[in-house]
Amino acid sequence: MSIGKAVCHESAEGHVTGAALYTDDLVARHPGCLHAWPVQVMHARATVNAVHVGGALATDGVVTVLDGSDVPGENDTGAARRDEVLFPTEISYWGQPLLWVLAETEEAAKMGALAVRVDVTEEPAITSIEQAIEQDSFHTEPGVIARGDAEGALARATHRVSGELHVGGQEHFYLETHASIASIDEAGSVMIQSSTQHPTETQEIVARVLGVDKNQVVVQSLRMGGAFGGKETQANPWAAVAAIGCHKTGRPVRVRLDRQRDFTMSGKRHPFLGRYTIGFDDEGRIEAFDLELFSDGGWALDLSAPVLHRALFHADNAYYLPHVRVVGRVCKTNACSHTAFRGFGGPQGMLMIEDALERVACALGLPPRVVRERNFYRAGHTTHYEQEVTQADRIERIWKQLSRTSELPAREAAVAAFNATSEHLKRGIAITPLKFGISFTAKWYNQAAALVLIYQDGSVQVNHGGTEMGQGLHTKMRQVAAHALGVTLEAVRVMPTRTDKVPNTSATAASSGTDLNGAAVRVACETLKERLITVAVEMLGVETSDVEMIGGVARSRDGSGDALSFGAVVGRAYHDRVQLSATGFYKTPDIHFDTAAGRGKPFHYFAYGAAVAEVEVDRFTGMYTLRRVDILQDVGDSLSPLIDIGQVEGGFAQGLGWLTQEELHWAPDGRLATTNASTYKLPTIGECPEDWHVALLPKATEPGVVYGSKAVGEPPFMLAFCVREAIRGAIGAFGDKHRFVDLACPATAERVYWAIEQQRAIVGHGQRG
Amino acid sequence: MSSTPPASRLRFTLNGRAIDATGADPNTTLLAWLREHGLTGAKEGCAEGECGACAVVMVRPRLDDAALEGARYVPVNACLLLLASVAGQEVLTVEGVAGATLHPVQQALVDSGGSQCGYCTPGFVMSLFAEYYREGRAEGGFEVDSIAGNLCRCTGYRPIRDAGRALPMITGDDAHARRLERPAPACPGLELSVGERRYFRPTSLAEALRILAEQPDATLVAGGTDVVVELNQRMRRLHTILSLEAVAELRVFEDGEDMLRIGAGVPLSEVEDRIGESPAMLAELLPLFSSRLIRNRATLGGNLGTASPIGDSPPVLLALDASVRVAGPEGARTIPVAELFTGYRQTALEPGELMVEVQIPKPYPTISRFYKVSKRVHDDISTVAAGFAIDLDEQGNVRHARLAYGGVAATPMRAVAAEEALVGEPWSAESVAKAKAAAASAFTPMSDQRGTAAYRTSMVTNLLDKFWAQTGAMS
Repeated sequence: MSIGKAVCHESAEGHVTGAALYTDDLVARHPGCLHAWPVQVMHARATVNAVHVGGALATDGVVTVLDGSDVPGENDTGAARRDEVLFPTEISYWGQPLLWVLAETEEAAKMGALAVRVDVTEEPAITSIEQAIEQDSFHTEPGVIARGDAEGALARATHRVSGELHVGGQEHFYLETHASIASIDEAGSVMIQSSTQHPTETQEIVARVLGVDKNQVVVQSLRMGGAFGGKETQANPWAAVAAIGCHKTGRPVRVRLDRQRDFTMSGKRHPFLGRYTIGFDDEGRIEAFDLELFSDGGWALDLSAPVLHRALFHADNAYYLPHVRVVGRVCKTNACSHTAFRGFGGPQGMLMIEDALERVACALGLPPRVVRERNFYRAGHTTHYEQEVTQADRIERIWKQLSRTSELPAREAAVAAFNATSEHLKRGIAITPLKFGISFTAKWYNQAAALVLIYQDGSVQVNHGGTEMGQGLHTKMRQVAAHALGVTLEAVRVMPTRTDKVPNTSATAASSGTDLNGAAVRVACETLKERLITVAVEMLGVETSDVEMIGGVARSRDGSGDALSFGAVVGRAYHDRVQLSATGFYKTPDIHFDTAAGRGKPFHYFAYGAAVAEVEVDRFTGMYTLRRVDILQDVGDSLSPLIDIGQVEGGFAQGLGWLTQEELHWAPDGRLATTNASTYKLPTIGECPEDWHVALLPKATEPGVVYGSKAVGEPPFMLAFCVREAIRGAIGAFGDKHRFVDLACPATAERVYWAIEQQRAIVGHGQRG
Repeated sequence: MSSTPPASRLRFTLNGRAIDATGADPNTTLLAWLREHGLTGAKEGCAEGECGACAVVMVRPRLDDAALEGARYVPVNACLLLLASVAGQEVLTVEGVAGATLHPVQQALVDSGGSQCGYCTPGFVMSLFAEYYREGRAEGGFEVDSIAGNLCRCTGYRPIRDAGRALPMITGDDAHARRLERPAPACPGLELSVGERRYFRPTSLAEALRILAEQPDATLVAGGTDVVVELNQRMRRLHTILSLEAVAELRVFEDGEDMLRIGAGVPLSEVEDRIGESPAMLAELLPLFSSRLIRNRATLGGNLGTASPIGDSPPVLLALDASVRVAGPEGARTIPVAELFTGYRQTALEPGELMVEVQIPKPYPTISRFYKVSKRVHDDISTVAAGFAIDLDEQGNVRHARLAYGGVAATPMRAVAAEEALVGEPWSAESVAKAKAAAASAFTPMSDQRGTAAYRTSMVTNLLDKFWAQTGAMS
């Protein structure tokens, strides 16, 4: 069995030896390659009056400066709509690239870019969600999902509380920054090496800017050094610049953003503003929920519309909302264009209901854990968009099992005992649940294809439409192919993702890479296996149903007769003129959504999980430590446990960073003040818990998904909610537990400090800054 | 001092092979050079020494007195290492780690699932490699600090830590272990001239002062962890570089009766290893000072010389009443650290003067603490840092008090009025309250991306509260 087995990443040896190549490692393989560097305009909004490139052209090593006149096709790389001018005359965000300098070396390109003079007139900019609302600056009309009579139910509710929450953005900080190399290959194709999650779209955008058919462009995504959604659409402009440079000069062109350029020029997780009112009974059961969301889309639409929609879809998290109205709108501001990031709006939507339930618990003097539990979806419930919550019982099953394994009741008592005697340090412990819908909400994206090739020696190449960004997709595809074909893992090689092998692919996103591509690979392999079994049956002289092929050996099921190697069967098949390649295709069945009505079944299924965190907070500084974390995640029947646990832990750590310490700092004039690792702080090993227990839900077969598995990429990100709530609990312990702790997001040490001061003021201590 | 003339060629040993990189611009970093020459294992993740994806190891002398008898592996960030710094040195990159089979640190990472996207992995391999060969490492004695300067965005670090814990002891015939039995290369004098750009690496203080007199515009570089950030991030280019890392007088470490003398050019990790537990404040500070990858290059001289208001060492050195010994064309003099900072990123050093050593007087204060307020514990820059030291007389009254802060003014500085409020008073909550009142008005901090002015102002007094809570309130 090659599925379900804990195997290391298929490129692990390449990773540890440095032999695994990434896009920018290929420069030396492109003799004569030119290096591109942008001329950025450091205003949030401005009109360009004149540019003077003489200084650049006079710089040693500079070959040319690219501007809009060099674009043979369309000067626009917008993916959602034509709203992303590649060479602009109006500056729409701080740091927007205006021109690109091409030079023999990176150093010369940098020096050339420094020598360009740009004359601009600064214009007033919109640099916050509030300003956008005030000035009626939106990318979209409001989107709504509603059920029942939220307004009436709120008016009638036993209790009502309201809240407002700002949620910060997040920089992807994939360790590998954006990179592309364009060249003309020996067949005259435009060959794009790109660190992209969506080679097909990169191909489309390159073809668009060059004004050529897509069949003239080949895009390869070799592997990515992390992506997390940040390379779903955002890789396209850099590939386009490389392609235009290559078109103009006839030489290979490399575009690689260094960290500062990447920070300032590429989009991030959307900041959100949420305003909600929740109505509830004496038991804390939700009677009605009204939520208004605003996201900061930045200067261009990009993926902001579906990101906002996913926030609306996930406004329920794991809770049944009888009467509900959620409405959301994308603000247009002068920021970089915010984009996909693990969770894709889900985290921002879910955080609102978690915040609201904390208010409910506080108002009633109930433990938040109890309030959460009372509102869980149960069997037979439907979501606010009327999709049945399949396997809703898993929410409670996970909750109970995790409460037990994390020794939650005993530890709650221990935390209370600690807090009773500790004056300056307080602890908090919290458990939060997770439900996450799996499928692209854009229905047409829910398709995938694969091309599997068997060579005469029995070795196999698998091509599929998914890209490898570290999530272990290729590892899983190798396991699926080996299992479906009945060969060993070693016989299967997964090839780099290329648009000339599998066309019209979807982005590797929405946690769907394995579900979609795995199903397609399986179909192709089963087609091939069926053909080969027919050959083996003939060779063995037995009945069709009697032959099995496992681990590279074909033999009778009863073990009698000869054992044939896969290679021998393949060799015979070739001579018998049996086709040894096959494609596979998969489309997710039975999903649909009516946007106007806000009704349908947008998700194939739901992923579930829960997590417990315990923290300790220092009242002097607001600094805190994460003492212990316990996680139980439903990944169906895990295809690859080592990979899945890695996704769970990594997702949690990223969510932890978003909720606690990763703070994007935009100045009022739109300048981004956090543009590198020295000012923007991801978790280090010191922030990730030493005492950390991760388990996968056992006996969790998911019907209708490849080998009973479940998506794992995004859901664990939201497990980190428990850290935020544990911090909130610890802060509350400094004051009156009946007073709600208003906690900003991210809950940096400073924010925690001010929240503590607020609590202490209530009980007669503290100061105000 | 040195009788041999400085080398004029940039030669070094890379993965056991002799390299001649003469002609490379002295502003070039080792990382840029490696990648240009096809060694793409080391990655650029941030180009400011924060992420460790570019880590390589250098073969350096052992710390003990038997220095010439053996060597050790020291991991450093190649993005902050000028290529010229490795002249005469021996460097190992990820490409040079494996033999016929994977190295044990590589195998451990593979087995634990320690790589996902793999981009940070070569850096982790190099940090773990140095940890693997760390002298005195016991079975299971993995130091997490060894990888605190490596960022990973995929794993959550657990499997990487597990790999570290699973490292076996050195066994069998290990070429990398054998290498350590021989002495490390010396750091020879060097003088490079490429176009109009010059690079000097003298080996004695006298030579350094002479060059500085002749090249008054030269940029001083010790570890390079600050200057090279300027090259990478602000695209500053240096015309003349005067490297101080080979100057013998700057590498003194002497723990004497009356004072501790630490050469201005001693890497902080060496200071950390040599001082042990005292002075306590310095021992508390060093593990929190950036990351080991940085501390392997950064120096006290550099941290004082840049005179950053948010440097971590000044509050501690101020609280320890330290001085710096400087040498110049007019001779040597001693400047108290309290008088060193004259303005934002400005020091009292005259043109032509160099910092030679830091002198910390003894006895050390009996009650002291170092505090660092930052977004995260490791590998971070302070929002506010504080070094507090007091001595009590027999009656329990405060005899000396030095309360020093970073991050709350244009320079690191002491809260003199608060100190005066304590001296002669009993070490009590009442005295602390008076000191807090005096400290509160002493600073006018700024708001920036690390914290607001209001938060910093609160920290000025809260850290005093914390100091009292931790050192006085319990007794």
